[in-house]
Amino acid sequence: MKPAAFAYLAPKTLADAVAMLDRVQDDGKVLAGGQSLVPAMNFRLARPGALVDLNGVAELAGVTGDSSRGISIGALTRHAAFHAPPFEGPLADLMAKVVRNIAHYPIRQRGTFGGSLSHADPASEWCLVAATLGATMHLSSTAGTRTVPAAEFFQGTFTTALAPNEILVRIDLPPLPAGWRSGFYEFSRRKGDFALAMALAVLRTEGGAIREARLGVGGVSDRPHRLDAVEAFLAGKAPDAATFAEAAEMARGAVRVTADIHASEAFRSDLLGTVVRRALAEAAA
Amino acid sequence: MPDKIAITLEVNGKAYPVTVEPRRTLADVLREDCGLTGTHLGCEHGVCGACTVLADGRPVRACLMFGVQAEGKAIRTVEGLADGDELHPLQQAFWENHGLQCGFCTPGFLMLAAGALGENPDMDDEDIRDVLSSNLCRCTGYQNIVKAVRIAAAEMRARRA
Amino acid sequence: MSWIGRALPRLEDPSLLKGLGNYVSDHARGAMHAAFVRSTVAAGDILGIERPDEGLVFTGADLDGVGRITAVLHRPDYRAVGQPLLPVDRVVFPGQAVAVVVAADAAAAEDLAEQVFLDIEPVDPILDFDAALAPGARAVHPEAPENVLVEGRMETPGFAEAMAAAHAVVELDLRSGRQSAMPMEPRGGVASYDAATGRVTLVASVQMPHMLRTGIADVLGIPEADLRVVAPDVGGAFGQKMSLFPEYAVLVWLARRLRTRVAWIEDRRENFLASAHSRDQAFTVRGAFAADGELLALEADLRSNVGAYSCYPVTCGVEPLMAFGELPGPYRFAQYKARSRGVTTNTCMMAPYRGVARPMLTFTMERLMEKAALQLGLDAIDVRRRNLITSFPHRSPTGVVYDEGSYLEAMEAAVAHVDIPAFRARQARARGEGRHLGLGVSVFSERTGYGTPVFAQRMMGIVPGYETVDLAMDPSGNVEIRIGASPHGQGLKTSLAQIVSDEIGVTPDKVRVISGDTDATPYGWGTFASRSIVISGGATKLAAEATATKLRKIAAMLMEADEASVTLADGFARVPGTNKAMPIAELARAAYHQSRQLGMPAGIRETGFYDPAGTFSNACHICEVEVDIETGGVRITRFVVVEDAGVVINPMIVDGQIAGGVAQGIGNALLEELIYDEDGNLLTTSLADYLPPTAVEVPDLEIIHMVTISPESITKAKGVGEGGTIGAPAAVINAVADALAPFGVEMNVMPATPERIRAALRNAKVAADA
Repeated sequence: MKPAAFAYLAPKTLADAVAMLDRVQDDGKVLAGGQSLVPAMNFRLARPGALVDLNGVAELAGVTGDSSRGISIGALTRHAAFHAPPFEGPLADLMAKVVRNIAHYPIRQRGTFGGSLSHADPASEWCLVAATLGATMHLSSTAGTRTVPAAEFFQGTFTTALAPNEILVRIDLPPLPAGWRSGFYEFSRRKGDFALAMALAVLRTEGGAIREARLGVGGVSDRPHRLDAVEAFLAGKAPDAATFAEAAEMARGAVRVTADIHASEAFRSDLLGTVVRRALAEAAA
Repeated sequence: MPDKIAITLEVNGKAYPVTVEPRRTLADVLREDCGLTGTHLGCEHGVCGACTVLADGRPVRACLMFGVQAEGKAIRTVEGLADGDELHPLQQAFWENHGLQCGFCTPGFLMLAAGALGENPDMDDEDIRDVLSSNLCRCTGYQNIVKAVRIAAAEMRARRA
Repeated sequence: MSWIGRALPRLEDPSLLKGLGNYVSDHARGAMHAAFVRSTVAAGDILGIERPDEGLVFTGADLDGVGRITAVLHRPDYRAVGQPLLPVDRVVFPGQAVAVVVAADAAAAEDLAEQVFLDIEPVDPILDFDAALAPGARAVHPEAPENVLVEGRMETPGFAEAMAAAHAVVELDLRSGRQSAMPMEPRGGVASYDAATGRVTLVASVQMPHMLRTGIADVLGIPEADLRVVAPDVGGAFGQKMSLFPEYAVLVWLARRLRTRVAWIEDRRENFLASAHSRDQAFTVRGAFAADGELLALEADLRSNVGAYSCYPVTCGVEPLMAFGELPGPYRFAQYKARSRGVTTNTCMMAPYRGVARPMLTFTMERLMEKAALQLGLDAIDVRRRNLITSFPHRSPTGVVYDEGSYLEAMEAAVAHVDIPAFRARQARARGEGRHLGLGVSVFSERTGYGTPVFAQRMMGIVPGYETVDLAMDPSGNVEIRIGASPHGQGLKTSLAQIVSDEIGVTPDKVRVISGDTDATPYGWGTFASRSIVISGGATKLAAEATATKLRKIAAMLMEADEASVTLADGFARVPGTNKAMPIAELARAAYHQSRQLGMPAGIRETGFYDPAGTFSNACHICEVEVDIETGGVRITRFVVVEDAGVVINPMIVDGQIAGGVAQGIGNALLEELIYDEDGNLLTTSLADYLPPTAVEVPDLEIIHMVTISPESITKAKGVGEGGTIGAPAAVINAVADALAPFGVEMNVMPATPERIRAALRNAKVAADA
């Protein structure tokens, strides 16, 4: 399974990268970690005529900020950077917790945060994080940089707001100051496999009640879903099994799940409820 | 179509000047242009791990990188594990504990373990099994691979002490 | 000190560990590459093939004078269907190779293959038993109008009476999904034409090099002398690499036609699509039980989906007829009525995969025992106790003779080791906490090491089974044995070196085993069916015994001693009780250089030939699981194997075979399935969709050995390669069923995926938040 031939472009700066992509945008693609794109190319399911390799653009990597101010993630930041995040607090805990579920250790050495978001696989853990926390994406092209909120960025399976000549360069995650706790639960056939369903829950509880919640599910349809209505329901409720069961039922009603060879609609719907309950339970523990 | 590109790869400390099409993966460049056939191809879509090599000390899938991307990195393959005739502790442990049968997945597991232990020499049993779940083996049932890595890790820690 | 029973680290390993292994793709440098253009349609008529203007492209029309690959069983119920190398008129499975291209390298070959257009008029594919066996169904092959390629039937005279006398009849419908042996290394070959001799050397990742030579020579119409087949290091096979695939014959044809070196290295997608499949079976059984749990009679309707062709040389009869003949397994009942059919469909052909029919038949019998126990209100272990064979030799109702085994003893040992009452206590406590633990048992026999006596009974057109071993000791005292078996991970070279060392008195590092090269080894049958240690080991032992005799004779002469008093060990010939001793190397030198003085034919060369009826090993597997009833996820928490394979030559190697087999069995039970959609497209063509277990899904095993000596194997070793796959699926699924017992669900389908487990629970009205 060898890929079709392509022209290889290796910019050293972002300015060069967007200029190159602009030139080849008709059948060119950006290469970041390659852990999703190269398999597709090896199968010849993807056949870009040109690849713009971003790995040499140093300005695209790096994480700044912290839990109390929010963080800014350079698109070329490798998944492995979050094994031991370079900052602390609830946001760091959340990222470190989620990252262990992304594929496997060698994949995480090369795969990138921005690549994962740009690829927009419905089973992508980072896409779920971005959607649930309300991330802001920074997209660059020869025309400059614009921002797109997560709610508008994910448009369907492998489909985002990125124009053919745009590169996702930075992702901002809002603050998660002290007092927030996260829970993440993913169900897959084997460890490291694509999620058949996953949920991310982040709760701020005070005085025995949930004050604020963030809740999202992924791997169940064509994009990650932030469950605003369930978040609103959770506010003011006791963080107990009955609340979570009701939240799970609301989640099941709010999302139209897809069927594939690994999960029928009925099974996925079961799983959706289960992962929501378990993520919430972990966030409340 | 696009021309070949002249690059120099550093593999196991040695320079390999090669001229390759951009579409040639690092795995194919190592095997065919550098003549290092110890790195194997089991799936070419990044799942089986038989192609695992070290790039700057980190285990990566050589079938998911293009050869042209590897210039400037220190690549280490299974051929670079032993020190002359002296086997690396991982190789020695695999041998003594029957950690291989057909041997096809073995180079990938050796490099995976070498890289993981390089980053975290104190991996516990659960971590070891977790990391080893990155690669597939069809012959051994994994039991002896886990055991070999555990024993090698202890040996490697002892040598460092 | 004996070499038998020692956990000697393998002689094969150092080169493999250093990355100096020699697999087929390592031979491909500098060769031209072939790529096959494959049908994207499951069934249809070939209307035309459009070629590009440039490039080497060949179709069936170009292959003049070649025959079809035709596996033969001389049975009246067998329909022989020949497989063309490249079909000209129709395709019968998705992924069937229709054309081949050759280019400078693999990528260029793929580029060229994309420019070949196959114009195929599709017909509705027949994909499963029901479609194939429906009245008026289209014939997949004109030779078999009813879509049945082979059928076995029998009924013992007392069957009807025994059935009528039953206290209870237990019925079961069981199903195994289609699975792949999925070796880590896919198939591949490099064929080189030698202009000087006109011969072709084919290096190929195969299990049966001599058979491949015969089969390719036959189909191309060339003398076998013109072809050399070499099996190099082979990256796993598990049965998938024992059949003659058209790709190999085409590759040799290309080398001859182009007078060059051509490589074909299969990719993972092709391996899933077009190599060989297995396990696709549906069994319906009815067991007649007495009130005390004795199984009196068994009725079985067995269907195997053998795919589009009959694998060569063992034929598509392997699965259905082995199921038919060995379904009784380790159980004693005498009345049997069975019908077993090999059904042809528009899917990839079925060929042996480790265990062959036995994982499914063990699953069947072990689920039957459990269901009977439930129905009769008895303990399932007691039901097995009542029915296991304890007296040997035992003749089954199908005429199979079982030699000495320890079916009951192995089960008792496993049961004692596991401490079932303690488990039941833990299970009860866990249920109180809403957690669902389960324990499952399987008991089985494994037929191994059988030669022509058994294969001949099948009426095969090609009867495999014997092995020859040529042994030579050189003047320096080093030994070389040339074998017809063809190992691919089993450590045979180490085990045989241990046998030789034990007989001859050298050390294993002085023994070199040569295999795989048809120019350099005696004609043999490769490695499959758990045969090599028994048959090749037996032949080795015979050759080594003869060698030892000659060495003792020489030693007796040179040391002026009595031949009967000479011992051979640790590199020396000695006369115990005296100080007479000579290095064996000196004996060897004398044999070659002082033959006149010795007065015997010069040199040390002996041949061993062995062709046994075979033997049965046996085991009991006990598995503990925890089932998450909300997700359907299953975690295996404990796995015990009590195994009896007779004398163990190298315990590390034997345990490794068991562990690898159990891992595949766990995959069979919980994870692996090849799925076609209704149009005949294979949906599982990558490792993202086909899911073999990883280190996290397979626990460490507890393995206990028993030793029953059978007269049927001269090394006293029984084969053990397949046992892990045979027993594990039944043990795992019985454990899942046990965990779900409170909900009254049946678990009769493999793999028991989370989807299926949740569906069973949902049907039993168990909500996902119970």
